[in-house]
Amino acid sequence: MDLVAVIEEAVVTILREAVIRVPGDVKGALRRAAEEETSDIARTQLETILRNLEAAERLSLPLCQDTGVPVFFVSGRVCSEIEEGIRMGVERATREIPLRPNAVHPLTRENPGTNVGDGIPRIVYRPTGGAHTEITVLPKGAGSENMSALAMLAPSDGLKGVKRFVLDTVVRAGGRPCPPTIVGVGIGGTADLAMEMAKEALLRPLTEDSHDPTLRELEGELHEALNLTGVGPMGLGGRTTVLGVRIGTAYCHTASLPVAVNMQCWAARRATARVHPDGRWEVVR
Amino acid sequence: MRTLKAPLSEDTVRSLRLGDEVLVEGKVHIGRDEVHIRSLDMRERGEDVPFDLRDGVLFHCGPIAQKDDGWKIIAAGPTTSARMNALEPRFIREFGVRAIIGKGGMSRPTLEAMREQGCVYLAFTGGAAVLAADGIRRVECVEWLDLGMPEALWVVEAEELGPLVVAMDAHGSSLYEQVDRMAEENLAKIKRDLGL
Repeated sequence: MDLVAVIEEAVVTILREAVIRVPGDVKGALRRAAEEETSDIARTQLETILRNLEAAERLSLPLCQDTGVPVFFVSGRVCSEIEEGIRMGVERATREIPLRPNAVHPLTRENPGTNVGDGIPRIVYRPTGGAHTEITVLPKGAGSENMSALAMLAPSDGLKGVKRFVLDTVVRAGGRPCPPTIVGVGIGGTADLAMEMAKEALLRPLTEDSHDPTLRELEGELHEALNLTGVGPMGLGGRTTVLGVRIGTAYCHTASLPVAVNMQCWAARRATARVHPDGRWEVVR
Repeated sequence: MRTLKAPLSEDTVRSLRLGDEVLVEGKVHIGRDEVHIRSLDMRERGEDVPFDLRDGVLFHCGPIAQKDDGWKIIAAGPTTSARMNALEPRFIREFGVRAIIGKGGMSRPTLEAMREQGCVYLAFTGGAAVLAADGIRRVECVEWLDLGMPEALWVVEAEELGPLVVAMDAHGSSLYEQVDRMAEENLAKIKRDLGL
């Protein structure tokens, strides 16, 4: 059994699943938002989104032309075949599904056409042990990724400073990240860890509250506040600016208070495969 | 819903008002960052560009295209127009564009060039790529494929492309500016209410 080939197959499958349909929690949130909007323009935006989701599923086509850069989260049993399997899977998926070849050299802008290059696909490893490997893909579009922001606040800025930064960042982004967005927030850690937590927080389904009561309350408060700003779907005005706020935290230096915001467009695509050491694998969500 | 048939006259464009919902039909040029850079560079050197956008429609988009017998666009939602802010005023004046389809809106200098030249900005729902591709009947030609699929210049024939919202008109008004102002005011109030 060739575990690289197994992982390649699983990766092609979850990439296809991810780019063709958004998960149920995201679709449900978009449906509710469409019902709650009162302005014609906002309703048109959300109804167009819902019609587009149906068309993509019916035709088995990528729902958004920006199929993103592939970001992978690998947890459980980590083995040496993973990286090669993921890279081969991304290359094949780019050809077969097809995905838009987005990955270019940062300076020459040369495009190899494969979505594979130095550092891309991005793979975050969480070797938590156990009998199997879980591989999650989060295809990340540029519109929302370009609105990422990091603040190294002073500890004296405190929770109020954190709230101000999140609110300002989302309002300043306006229609550019394709709202309604999901707002990933990383609080604490080091500068790089804060951003990583902000992105990883986007994996938590909208139907799943934070286990930490303080964070649950903060997520709810920011969610409600952001939907009072009036930015609305696509920045054209309306009630739904965000579908949710997801927060991750880590301890930080006593002299630091890093806060990172990583936004996710409404096309919040993600899919996970579970791969067993004997070569069996399945899509788990 | 009104259908705009490209090429567009100045009168047609000036008759549009913020919030109008429209569809587009006829020839559409798909181009984004690199198309702006290369065509303006060529103009600066006095060279001819391989397209004619006079009275035409520019679509900020990087499509997914597939080649069988000919090219077919399979996903084509709008890209973030703000990235083209620095070059768009010159681009509009140089090439005589009458309508830009995109998402997220554009800056004040672009709005100014639109008012001066008679050009509108039509917002298309970001991410609605399958519906957009459904509004593209065929690919007429593609230029500059050396820039990569998303950055190449695609000339296509549109049919019922939309729904599009007139979000910046040819009279100097922008729905985005109105929403921004309102959102800033709302934000100030929200911060006061939260004790921030």
